[in-house]
Amino acid sequence: MAMLELHDVHSYYGSIHALRGISLHVNEGEIVTMIGSNGAGKSTTIRTISGLLHPGKGEVLLNGERIDQMAPHQIVARGVCQSPEGRWIFPRLTVLENLEMGAFIRNDHAEIKQDMERVFELFPRLSERLQQKGGTLSGGEQQMLAIGRALMGRPHLLLLDEPSMGLAPVLVEAIFETIQSINKQGTTILLVEQNALMALYVAHRGYVLQTGEIVLEGLAKDLEENETVRKAYLGEE
Amino acid sequence: MSSTDIILQQLLNGLTIGSYLAMIALGYTMVYGIIELINFAHGDVFTAGFLISLTLFEWFGAGGKTLTGFRLVWMFTLVLILTMLACGIINVIVDRIAYKPLRKAPRLAPLITAVAASFALENIYANWKGPSQIFYPDYFPRVDILHNWLHLNTTVLFTTQDALLIGLTIPMMLGLRLFIQRTKLGKAMRATAQNAAAASIMGIDVERVIMTTFFIGGALAGAAGMAFGNFLHTGRYLMGFDAGLFAFTAAVLGGIGNITGAVLGGFLIGFLKVFSDQWIGGQWTRAFIFTILILVLVFRPQGLVGEDEAEKA
Repeated sequence: MAMLELHDVHSYYGSIHALRGISLHVNEGEIVTMIGSNGAGKSTTIRTISGLLHPGKGEVLLNGERIDQMAPHQIVARGVCQSPEGRWIFPRLTVLENLEMGAFIRNDHAEIKQDMERVFELFPRLSERLQQKGGTLSGGEQQMLAIGRALMGRPHLLLLDEPSMGLAPVLVEAIFETIQSINKQGTTILLVEQNALMALYVAHRGYVLQTGEIVLEGLAKDLEENETVRKAYLGEE
Repeated sequence: MSSTDIILQQLLNGLTIGSYLAMIALGYTMVYGIIELINFAHGDVFTAGFLISLTLFEWFGAGGKTLTGFRLVWMFTLVLILTMLACGIINVIVDRIAYKPLRKAPRLAPLITAVAASFALENIYANWKGPSQIFYPDYFPRVDILHNWLHLNTTVLFTTQDALLIGLTIPMMLGLRLFIQRTKLGKAMRATAQNAAAASIMGIDVERVIMTTFFIGGALAGAAGMAFGNFLHTGRYLMGFDAGLFAFTAAVLGGIGNITGAVLGGFLIGFLKVFSDQWIGGQWTRAFIFTILILVLVFRPQGLVGEDEAEKA
């Protein structure tokens, strides 16, 4: 049984039919990526999984349990954390408080502290800015904070929405290395990216979305070599 | 009275009036901070604090006489706790019935139900206690502190009942601040106010945070209503409309959504009110205060200590 399964999921924003029958799965221990152009439905899929959006039709299963009508906090309680598109840092909480909010559902103080140390190892910059308000961080720092905050929930499944957005190229590489190392430490990852090249490089499998539908799926290395993918998303003629 | 005495007296009056207005203003601003709703029924929860505490004193057999000694301590404490609980619950019920079903509706809808909830509460009170003025006895002993205790030779009057109002409200406001700054639930409230969707994906139950906010706001208004009764001794089913209007103005003046702003705004309105009563004329006080409200909103829409919308994003 896959950790996460979507069966024929349709989601709507008002009258806009944003997802038109998405079916995908993520196995435990994998990095799975969703690639596709702007507006293809990648973020909508993430929002539907995390309960911010309830599908009009279809099912979302987490370890076999239906979660598609649950409130977001109930889904977090089941081990799904995310770094959302746009980062959603709490601008007037300090960096430390932002990280504490990431661990909101936990009460194991000693281990929360350990996990915070781990976040600081991944992102030393954050430890230098603990008392600074989230809103005063640079874009790159906010991205680190968003990922670190999601890790503070000690997720089984981590949803990353555009983690490389707005980052300098050096940082992009560092972020993807981090994603790999988080995964090696046992966290399953669903990764949404516009940077298809990097995403396919770190992922095990991938799905290609186009206007709310999955048009291609397969092993990441096969997708990387697929001609359509290369033309549409890897910028080759 | 000498002019220094008048100034001193009015400063003390401003402080006492400001402290209960600040307590009510907190409820407006906290709820607005979380769900961007002006809870127009909030002033009526203040009335509930007045009426419920009065009724509880009667139930416990205080019988209109001033309490003393141990009886004063236990009865006053118990009535305070029960009043705060009841008012907290009333505010939560108002939310459940009038606002929660409209959480995703256009902004105007819960604003209208807020006005309706206010009318409903007021008319419940009118049926319960009658429409006329209600006398609130001196349950808390009244001693002229400056003359009888400190033996000062002054015409300034400051009684134990004034001190009660200040002594009750200011520690509660400080306590609220600590709660919001330091505790996990308090931080979750701030997080929810800043971005409710982001809070929900942290695992925060946003509806529970909203409920807590209504409860705390209601409890504070209830305590203010009880302190007010022991301080001014008269009230009426409509008293919350009046107090609410001033407290709401205080919250807006300070910067709606901002806790510090609500407290500062409350004291500012208190001082403006006594200033106007003394030096402009009581009949001009409302015109004066609400003109100031308009001017502040025109020239500084975010309020005195409120943040810019841009900063909030």
